[in-house]
Amino acid sequence: MNVEQFQERRIEIAGWQVNLTSYKIGDVYHCKADNVSPGAQIARTTGATREEAENAAIAKATERLSRTHRHEVPGA
Amino acid sequence: MPDYAHPETLVSTEWVAQHSKDANVRVAEVDVDTNAYNEGHVPGAIGWAWNTQLCDTVRRDILSKHQFEKLMSDAGISNDTTVILYGDNNNWFAAWALWQMKMYGHQDVRIMNGGRKKWLAEGREVSTEVPAPSPANYKASGPDNSLRAFLDQVQAALQARSHAMVDVRSPAEFTGEILAPPGLPETCQRGGHIPHARSIPWGKACNDDGTFKSADDLKALYGGEGVDGSKPVIAYCRIGERSSHTWFVLKYLLGYDKVLNYDGSWTEWGNLVGAPVEKGAAAPPKA
Repeated sequence: MNVEQFQERRIEIAGWQVNLTSYKIGDVYHCKADNVSPGAQIARTTGATREEAENAAIAKATERLSRTHRHEVPGA
Repeated sequence: MPDYAHPETLVSTEWVAQHSKDANVRVAEVDVDTNAYNEGHVPGAIGWAWNTQLCDTVRRDILSKHQFEKLMSDAGISNDTTVILYGDNNNWFAAWALWQMKMYGHQDVRIMNGGRKKWLAEGREVSTEVPAPSPANYKASGPDNSLRAFLDQVQAALQARSHAMVDVRSPAEFTGEILAPPGLPETCQRGGHIPHARSIPWGKACNDDGTFKSADDLKALYGGEGVDGSKPVIAYCRIGERSSHTWFVLKYLLGYDKVLNYDGSWTEWGNLVGAPVEKGAAAPPKA
């Protein structure tokens, strides 16, 4: 089987830039959310539709990113 | 890919599509997310989990020579096999695997330029079938520790200012604003960077499609920060995989002679009692 409907877009979640990548393999839509900097994966989900997979990834990413603490940097 | 110092260490997705099932070729996927392989991979590719198969799972270390030989043998890899590595996140852990394979002397190991992302984006064929290769008999050499920096070497290099130190993490990790990539657990006690390190995030070496930038662009990127190969280089990140990516770029794409991957990285340095730490942005490079 071939990968279909590959798509990438950038959104902001909890104040962080996130790359949302989705595509279809067989009957399943896959989605992964990566932080833009440094590019680490935050969530990977599946769904029967792209929207379902993306919404699940956004929900997971929101939960994880909202726990990320910004520390004060002296002089910054 | 003729402008790189060692273009033989890279193959294109098209090359892999044509050769992945050649008798002397073994393709291995190595992902940050070890579930990615299961959703579909390059047909015929085996999958290696970085957190269980590409490290010692008891003490923090790379594979022992014996463990490495077993991994290779079980994967049907002989000493003369052409091994193609690829993975997610623009080949972070594929580079980690390549670094270990070079430490143990594997001659012909290459990265699929663009990694898993490019393969998927091109709408190529994927499979969920897991190959069962016939075991081989692999004999490793080394380890070649000239490719690796241990803590005492980094401390000595800092003291002597003998090496260019490259921090490949994100700018926010470098300054100390965050202690781990956004969304990931904090794994250090202190944020910041090793004094005098240059901040050159790994991703700056890549194009949007995940392939590596041209040699000229890479030279400008690293040279602009004073990392031009005239001094030995130590690359580090948080746990050593992103720095493997930069290590690969400097060693094989730019051909710098002495490049070391400090795999202890910030999870070692940022937890070390008494280690010097600098916070904030780096000063401009010396002209």
